[in-house]
Amino acid sequence: MTVIACMVILFIGGVIAWLAQAWNKDWPKWVSLFTCAIVAALIFPLFFEIPSIIVPVLGTPSYWIELVDIDWIPRFGIGITIGLDGLSLLMVMLTIFLGFVALISSWTEIKERSGFFQFNLLWTLAGVIGVFTSLDLFLFFFFWEVMLIPMYFLIAIWGHENRAYAAMKFFLFTQVSGLLMLISILTLALYGANQTGELTFNYFELLDHQLPPDIGYYVMLGFFIAFIVKLPAFPFHPWLPDAHTQAPTAASVLLAGILLKTGAYGLIRFTIPLFPTASQQIAEIAMFIGAISIIYGAVLAFAQTDFKRLVAYSSVSHMGFVLLGLYAFNEIAIQGAVMQMVAHGFSTAALFMIAGAIQHRLHTRDMRKMGGLWHDMPRMGAIALFFIVASLGMPGLGNFVGEFLVLMGAFQTDMLVTSIAALGLITGAVYSLIAMQKVFQGSSEEKRNLIDIGGRELWALIPLIIGLIWLGVYPQTIFDRVDPVLSSLFQHTVNGGWIGSGL
Amino acid sequence: MTELVYLIPLMPLISFLVLVVSLGKLPKYLVAMLGVGSIAISAFIVALLAFEYFSQINPEPYIVTIYTWMQVGSLKTDVGFYIDGLTLTMMFVITGVGLLIHIYSSLFMAEDEDYSRFFSYMNLFVSAMLILVLADNLLLLFVGWEGVGLCSYLLVGFWHKDEANGAAARKAFIVTRIGDTAMALGMFLLFMHLGTLNMQAMAQVASQHWSVGDITLTIACLLLVGGAVGKSAQLPLQTWLPDAMAGPTPVSALIHAATMVTAGVYLIARNHELFLLAPTALVVVGIIGSLTLLIAAFAAITQTDIKRILAYSTISQIGYMFLALGVGAWSASICHLMTHAFFKALLFLAAGAVVYSLHHEHNIFRMGGLRKKLPVAFWSFMIGSAALAALPFTSGFYSKDLILLAAAHHGGIGTWFLAAGLVGALLTAVYSFRLVFIVFFGEVKTEPDAPAGWLMAMPLIILCGLALLGGLIIVPVEDVFPKVAEVDHGGPMPYVIAAIPIIGVLIAYLIFLKQAFSFTFFSESAIGKQLIRFWYSHWAMDWLYDHLFVRPYSSIANYNKKDFIDSIYNFLADTIWVLHDYATTLQTGQLRTYLLVMVGGLVLLIAVFLGALLS
Repeated sequence: MTVIACMVILFIGGVIAWLAQAWNKDWPKWVSLFTCAIVAALIFPLFFEIPSIIVPVLGTPSYWIELVDIDWIPRFGIGITIGLDGLSLLMVMLTIFLGFVALISSWTEIKERSGFFQFNLLWTLAGVIGVFTSLDLFLFFFFWEVMLIPMYFLIAIWGHENRAYAAMKFFLFTQVSGLLMLISILTLALYGANQTGELTFNYFELLDHQLPPDIGYYVMLGFFIAFIVKLPAFPFHPWLPDAHTQAPTAASVLLAGILLKTGAYGLIRFTIPLFPTASQQIAEIAMFIGAISIIYGAVLAFAQTDFKRLVAYSSVSHMGFVLLGLYAFNEIAIQGAVMQMVAHGFSTAALFMIAGAIQHRLHTRDMRKMGGLWHDMPRMGAIALFFIVASLGMPGLGNFVGEFLVLMGAFQTDMLVTSIAALGLITGAVYSLIAMQKVFQGSSEEKRNLIDIGGRELWALIPLIIGLIWLGVYPQTIFDRVDPVLSSLFQHTVNGGWIGSGL
Repeated sequence: MTELVYLIPLMPLISFLVLVVSLGKLPKYLVAMLGVGSIAISAFIVALLAFEYFSQINPEPYIVTIYTWMQVGSLKTDVGFYIDGLTLTMMFVITGVGLLIHIYSSLFMAEDEDYSRFFSYMNLFVSAMLILVLADNLLLLFVGWEGVGLCSYLLVGFWHKDEANGAAARKAFIVTRIGDTAMALGMFLLFMHLGTLNMQAMAQVASQHWSVGDITLTIACLLLVGGAVGKSAQLPLQTWLPDAMAGPTPVSALIHAATMVTAGVYLIARNHELFLLAPTALVVVGIIGSLTLLIAAFAAITQTDIKRILAYSTISQIGYMFLALGVGAWSASICHLMTHAFFKALLFLAAGAVVYSLHHEHNIFRMGGLRKKLPVAFWSFMIGSAALAALPFTSGFYSKDLILLAAAHHGGIGTWFLAAGLVGALLTAVYSFRLVFIVFFGEVKTEPDAPAGWLMAMPLIILCGLALLGGLIIVPVEDVFPKVAEVDHGGPMPYVIAAIPIIGVLIAYLIFLKQAFSFTFFSESAIGKQLIRFWYSHWAMDWLYDHLFVRPYSSIANYNKKDFIDSIYNFLADTIWVLHDYATTLQTGQLRTYLLVMVGGLVLLIAVFLGALLS
């Protein structure tokens, strides 16, 4: 029940924050902070619990920390099925953590309609948590939409100069691809009803009756496309640079940090286990798309002059590693992909926060107008250096573990595609260091009186730094938690069987 | 003692962290104490460890496992250290020479506003370098490998206000990253076949898994060589090193002469069991070394910047180490690695002392007659250059002698390597004493300040001693590498090897000091001018890479800056808008138009129906 309680608290907190605006426009953010703190206090202790609820999936047990199943629309076999296993918990924790980061990064930025802003922020978080925990496909689709709409408002109302265009683009891409997924969900459920005579959207039951391969492939495509649009992968990425660039800092943090991960999560939780055969059929294409995304994103990032746009394209590149890793169907690569999801969430959230902080001070995102910022803000320079170095895959930090394991595992499946993808290590260094140069190094003629980042921002950035170091130095924390989940979800697809992390 | 091994890389790391967290607010003497002190403690522990190691009757390698870093599927990697004679030699060089350079820096950098940042980077570097040589598996080695690359980037671009320094730093990082990517692929390939990345285990499994000359292993070894040539600035990835001289001089001494650039040599030597199974890869290593040592020597002869001459000489000397690896003269290679660390660190630090006294003057032709004014620097240069040129009885002579004799002994392609090595030896003597004669003899062109204080002189004097006598240190690697048959010292070869540097010094003396004969007939001729310009530009390699890779990449990227995929979607959206506009024109609001369209449509429908019925 903890998860449902969290979502309810977030929904209610959002409403209170909105109402609180009427009394004092500083109250909503405190309401928001308080709400997030309660949710964190509820969720984080679960990390130390051993998953003890056992549900058989395709003959092998799957382990859950929490599992709730309530009827919702019994006529159509729709239930409120919410489950929390190692993977979901990890993603929910990431969500809440980055929720804090987003909140802190927007602390002074949002002056207008602050209540409605906090409302949208909290509802997005609630929607994302729903996506990460739903085990009923109809409910999943419901949350998929719930997280979209408040995010649309965040971009459209508090965004920058070209916000209407960006928000609409974001909405259309997600909506159209969501529609494909809805068709697939309905086909899957109706086909199941044809077979068993009982309509159900329950994840576990749908896992049990597999579609025949010919139909399965097309139904799988609906899920696959919806998720890789969200990821985003080439050629479905154009919504991302606009949305990230135009969004207010908090929304960029959430978009890059967690919303992109819902796509990857969907692939892991739904597409691959529901359609193991079809997934294997598309594996080569998916790996290739991943490799192309890595290179294409990196090349485009290099050409950008807008700092946020550069970080946005770098996300395309980094999420390409996730796609490559998942569809390599190799244990090492899959674990690497999950690690990459978490590490990229940390590093990109921080980079967007820094980009936002710079924009707040300089009123521009144009890197040609920056330069020499290290001199004005050495603390910010050093911290930005850390995250840029992390995102270019420096060993000892989380992103390295993710990218390296993905490449190492994928190499065993497809040497050629992985070798192409490995070029991303070089192109990644190129755009990262150029960004460092353009923004922080060099010198500036004009005298700027800039305030270096201080207490409030450090409260968000230092945990991210510690997190990335921890992931890099002791990645086993993540591997051990997600190992049983992945071994169950990939049991029919992984090459050479699942060996496990020796837990 | 072994339980304290982790302290060796940890001490500089802690110092780094303290310096970073203090945000440059500590007073300079505290920064220096932390920066230098941490290295001193590490050096002390290394000394204790070495003492304990060698007091064993039959030295057994120490294996220290700190914890399991990653365990995923079939991959299990520890944070574990492997310590044998080779590791100890490397650690001795890193902490020993490193300590001297840190002491020197404490004065050299004293006026710099970013004193604390400098020492934090230097400490991080030493820590990463120690991890590199301590690692018992390739993945942990890679941590150190990339870590030293990062520090190299940070220190080359240390004075980041100047855009050119930033460009040099980026070049250093990206060019080595190209090699690192090859190395990563090599690791993937090795892991795929051997199922482990632990270097000792790999060596064991490989000999069972592969027969000599196996093509997969050869490819894997060549990919590792890719990493090695990047880090060690060998053909074709050596172009970054001359530019890396943009960093402060102690950085050039520590990173770009004594330690990091020899990491490639270490990598190949450490995995010599694999390379012995892939003789083709070894031959390639030898060829790379031979070519690089010649190319760089020719480039060195034409340079005018004191640090760039030394940079090219470094590339050239590492070429000798690669050559030695190529003929399987493992211990000769490591021996040259060590002596080179002594005399090249000496030369760089002495060059730093010269530059320090001459207000950042780098051009050797604006120097001259410094012999009397800067005696310590002068004698350092004399001794360092003598060792670099491998004049008899210096450390460089012993190690280069070993290499060239091994090449001679190797036969076959070794003869070619020997020839390259001998030509290179002549050139080395010429360019190193060209520098000495131009800078320290002749008339005074720029008046120097007083020589720097004892903190800079003391390391120079110690390094002078090591550069002279370092050849007497027996590199304790006989248990690491396979026994090499005793080289036959008969014949004229040892005399030839000893004579060539002396001839080279004489040539330099006659041309650059006595000016007994001039080169103008060559340097003023059309072809001579072209050739000198060609060598000066490092055989136009920068130009080539610029046109081959850098420019195409940025023009493609900039051409597609707006993302053509995006325009496809925008085209879709625009089309819909156009259709929409078109459709709205139909909505005129005029009843008669609607009526007309309705009737017309009905008539059309009826016609179609009738047609269908009748046919």
